[in-house]
Amino acid sequence: MSSSAERDMLEVDLQHQLGSFALNATFRAPQGITVLFGRSGSGKTTIVNAVAGLMRPNAGTIRIGTQVLYDSATGQYLPPHKRHVGYIFQEGRLFPHLSVRSNLTYGRWMSGTRADPALFNRIVEMLGLGALLTRRPGALSGGEKQRVAIGRALLAAPRLILADEPLAALDAQRKAEILPYFERLRDEVKTPILYVSHSASEVARLATRVVALEDGRVLRQGRASDVLADPAVTPLGARAAGAILQAKVARHHPDGLTELSASGLPLLLPHLDKAPGSHVRIRIAATDVIIAAQAPAGLSALNVLPGTVDALRPGGGPGAIVSLQTPAGRLLARITQRSVDALGLHPGMSCHAVIKAVAVAPDDIGGTEAAPGLPRDEQP
Amino acid sequence: MSGDGLLGPDEWAAVLLSIRVAFFAVLWSLPLGVLCAYALARWEFPGKQLLNGLVHLPLILPPVVTGYLLLLAFGPQGPLGQALAPLGISFAFRWTGAALAAAIMAFPLMVRAIRLALEGVDPRLEEASATLGASPLWVFITVTLPLILPGILTGTILAFAKAIGEFGATITFVSNIPGETRTIPSAIYAFLQVPGGEGAAFQLVIVSIVIAMGALLASEILARRMNQRLGTNSRGAM
Repeated sequence: MSSSAERDMLEVDLQHQLGSFALNATFRAPQGITVLFGRSGSGKTTIVNAVAGLMRPNAGTIRIGTQVLYDSATGQYLPPHKRHVGYIFQEGRLFPHLSVRSNLTYGRWMSGTRADPALFNRIVEMLGLGALLTRRPGALSGGEKQRVAIGRALLAAPRLILADEPLAALDAQRKAEILPYFERLRDEVKTPILYVSHSASEVARLATRVVALEDGRVLRQGRASDVLADPAVTPLGARAAGAILQAKVARHHPDGLTELSASGLPLLLPHLDKAPGSHVRIRIAATDVIIAAQAPAGLSALNVLPGTVDALRPGGGPGAIVSLQTPAGRLLARITQRSVDALGLHPGMSCHAVIKAVAVAPDDIGGTEAAPGLPRDEQP
Repeated sequence: MSGDGLLGPDEWAAVLLSIRVAFFAVLWSLPLGVLCAYALARWEFPGKQLLNGLVHLPLILPPVVTGYLLLLAFGPQGPLGQALAPLGISFAFRWTGAALAAAIMAFPLMVRAIRLALEGVDPRLEEASATLGASPLWVFITVTLPLILPGILTGTILAFAKAIGEFGATITFVSNIPGETRTIPSAIYAFLQVPGGEGAAFQLVIVSIVIAMGALLASEILARRMNQRLGTNSRGAM
């Protein structure tokens, strides 16, 4: 990690009481997308509002690099307009009385800094806003509004980008339209991004780091692949658990399947619209993984990975979550406790993970920040 | 412009004076009306209900009582009248007094319309503005104010119409002096007191109706145009 990334890291340590709900969260967000992940009511939006200065927590500290935004011990509190955070709201919150162009330049205008036409054009081009500039927000579709909201936050030259479930109000098609823009942000912009989500697939596609929240507490934080592969971290319940694998597109087969290579192991997927050699991350839901004690034969499932059991957790009801170390990465499998007993699964035991090729939803496949060839030296 | 066939010189004087009185009454009370509406809609402070009551008092009190209270306060012997006299500001029996009376009588209408518009503004837009670097004053100027413009317009028109028609408080406070404090209603009243004055009174009645209808029509057109600018948002429209 470069020193500039360290300098601009967001560090949060806050306590807040809201009725009977107690929020107590400590985490950090370096460069890349840090996803605050948890079900609704776990305190995600409260945290983001505290970082933006729209809400004042009872106690704690919030810092970006060396700049103190809030410190209850010294009484320091920076009002929102001096914090330089770009906040992308769930509902867009575009100014209805201003044109798209004026919405986009609003932040520059308020900070009194000179407009940078090159940056403006670059962001307009990146978000595909060129044809919308003279329109008013009332005449835009939901997806267009959200793209303008992203551009508005970026053009305010923020030190930190906050996104509070920016896709939650959109339908699946609009989501698919916006997600790539966040991937580009993650890969092209050095500014840390704090992204609130309760969608496992969004986390899988976007997260560099994950802060898993449950009932106002940080359950676990760290690299996305580590946190999501931890069988103890199931903030949305065991059914939504799943691990992320990094893979490279190996080749496209004539029968419509795409072969990926995950650390040398082949994985077959329905056709993926990516060039051979490109990096992807795939999320494999724990419910789509079956465990076999011996190498299975005569099976319709195409993907079988050898592995070692490294943890077992009860996963709610009659189920259990098994964590497997495979050469391709860690996998989670949700099976019944009865199967665990029948197979005699225990940590250290060798077994095979069976994944059905069709189980990997396209929604859960994303580009990766490790992808080569993307410029990373530019910053708005 | 005296006596060009339609109105006699006395009637003209009354019409022009009424417009002048109403114009300045609205002009001077508008900033205070916006501030008052903002305080009542957005702030919590001790004495908020008292302020609310004071603003609305002229709406409920008999106008004669309001006029008499103004006379007590701003008359030559009144405490405020004496305090302002050295500054060259005097209200008693002058057209400025008529404007003051009209402003106070119209104030509740203005504040109510603006307050209603303010309550329709989404505070989340103001939060968004703050996160983009706007200080509270700039949030107000660039977001709140444009969004309540239709409400301000409504309040202004209502206040103007009320100021044109104010009678009781005006005649009690500043009397009925031709050319100085004889506004349209006072003139109509005066014409009706003398035999043969009905004709002149009726002309002024027509003028009153024309001014009132013109003001309403103008505000309707302007409000519609503003709402078009705001898209589908029709908050604060008349």
